[in-house]
Amino acid sequence: MRVIRACRELGITSVAVYSDVDRAALHVRQADEAYHVGPPAATESYLNIQKILNVAKRCGADAIHPGYGFLSENAAFARACEDANFKFIGSSAASIEMMGSKTRARKAMEKEGVPFVPGTSSGLDSAAQAGQVAAKIGYPVMLKAAAGGGGKGMRLVQTKEGLGSVLEAAQSEARRSFGDGEVYIEKALINPRHIEMQILADEHGNTVYLGERECSIQRRHQKVLEESPSPIVSPAMRRQMGDIAVRVAKTAAYSNAGTVEFLVDENANFYFLEMNTRLQVEHPVTELTSGLDLVHLQIRIAAGEPLPFTQKDISLRGHAIECRIYAEDPDNNYFPSPGTISLLLDPSGPGIRLDSGVYEGWTVPIDYDPLLAKLIGHGADRPQAISRLVRALNESFVGGVKTNLPLLRRILGELDFQAGKVDTGYLDRLLRSKPAEVKHDEKVAAIAAGLFAILEHPSTVANDGPDASGWKKAARADALRGTT
Amino acid sequence: MLYEVTIDGKNHQLQLKPAEGGWQCRLDGLPVKVDAVLNRRNVLSLLMNGKAYDIKRELTTTGMNIWVGTTRYAAQIRDPRSLRRRKDGVGDDLSPKELVAPMPGKVVRILVSEMTEVEAGQGIVIVEAMKMQNEIKSPKKGIVQKLVAAEGANVNAGDVLAIVE
Repeated sequence: MRVIRACRELGITSVAVYSDVDRAALHVRQADEAYHVGPPAATESYLNIQKILNVAKRCGADAIHPGYGFLSENAAFARACEDANFKFIGSSAASIEMMGSKTRARKAMEKEGVPFVPGTSSGLDSAAQAGQVAAKIGYPVMLKAAAGGGGKGMRLVQTKEGLGSVLEAAQSEARRSFGDGEVYIEKALINPRHIEMQILADEHGNTVYLGERECSIQRRHQKVLEESPSPIVSPAMRRQMGDIAVRVAKTAAYSNAGTVEFLVDENANFYFLEMNTRLQVEHPVTELTSGLDLVHLQIRIAAGEPLPFTQKDISLRGHAIECRIYAEDPDNNYFPSPGTISLLLDPSGPGIRLDSGVYEGWTVPIDYDPLLAKLIGHGADRPQAISRLVRALNESFVGGVKTNLPLLRRILGELDFQAGKVDTGYLDRLLRSKPAEVKHDEKVAAIAAGLFAILEHPSTVANDGPDASGWKKAARADALRGTT
Repeated sequence: MLYEVTIDGKNHQLQLKPAEGGWQCRLDGLPVKVDAVLNRRNVLSLLMNGKAYDIKRELTTTGMNIWVGTTRYAAQIRDPRSLRRRKDGVGDDLSPKELVAPMPGKVVRILVSEMTEVEAGQGIVIVEAMKMQNEIKSPKKGIVQKLVAAEGANVNAGDVLAIVE
């Protein structure tokens, strides 16, 4: 949807692809053209490179925007597009590939003076070698699969006793999960902050940074809420991080939009984590603070245009916070809660942006990520952004599926969050305590239940037979309304 | 109209009569005047003593949720004339209880065998949806009378997985 909107604004014909369960999805309704690519399983539809390219050939596409998920960081897909003469809206296959391997990226970046969490830049050969490195950098340490990502293939080791066996287990797991048993070691940062820097590079060697995003509020390595700027990043630190992010991008010969991720410890030391070689889900907070449209710029860069500005033209204004609204059940450990959206009330008003992928009547499929919409609040400063977002969250309603809206309201109302005291352990700590639920409108609810029944079928209430409950009558009245 | 309304497990008697400028309600005997407008399906605007309430409703498998602001109330409503015909299982801990799938997914593991004794809250079946696993727990202490679901089976929301008696 985000990309379709940008295309329409730029006068470009948009073509969507869809799987069986997405025939009625919003992006298919809104695109200029749409083509079916297969069954619900992503491996046979959205992840199938050949099928996507066949659609591109069939409709005579010039370029392919890979979105945020699925094939967006897939070097083989970028290469296949290049080979088939479709412009891939993203970086070159070579730079995606380089950033895809953490150890290879680390080796190249260390030469450029990019700061890393202390550890090895190549795979471990033996437990003895691991023990030596661990002794040097100090416990606890983290063992990580070179080909891993998104929190997969990581093991925490607290003391030297466990190191040997955990290393073996990590290597065999990495081999099974990623087809590559390479495992490296890093000093473990306990609950660091996750802060990332947005960069933009054209195909003529110009690279700029657009400020950071604080993404520490996550759960199961899934981001829930992101903001820009970060409450702890000073202008000097932003400049330093930005310069390093630009250096990372240049070393990888990167072009188009990308994100350089950092871990930040409690003393505001930052370490390069990895580069995301695509547009991120949370890009709207940067758009609001920088005043730039990143998808427009992605398309213009892909068309070979030089960046229309330099670093000194970029100024950041105000504060923006994004909430990800997921279909998940707060009473059931935030497990995905697919289903049909029976009622959808969207917020609006000052400083509010809603990027939604759903509509009332849409059935959220079980097959993909349960992200429904992103709600972004923008204000002159952080307190105003928060109060606008809280106000907008209270205007929002999603009926028929369970959502994390209560959790988002809770986070924004919480004192540590308001003080900017967040780290990657924040959300798990918050969820360990149940919120005290205050209910004092039982009477209003009871009266409302009766009035719904009576107002929906005023004439039938008194006359119906003895075994028709209010419910059956309501259902019948609804059915009748549907046919007349 | 007379209704029996259950809010979060508690029963209330509700009487509603059309009155000048709205409705004369009697909730558990207490009178209150309400002005009500059904704005659209599932959205109701109430004015009570000058206070405005924007109310939303969602239908569920067991009744409905009534949302007053951002607070959710589980509700059931009955017309008392049908009460005596209705078999009311609420709060009845002796009758068999069905374990139902809360969402569509796939049964990946069954944790107990038939005829074993289980505690309330003990995991019985694991259902996977959207690549995440969810333990479906026993609603009561008792004996697993029947396991309806088989490992590997696809289930829809509301499908019975097991019966605990």
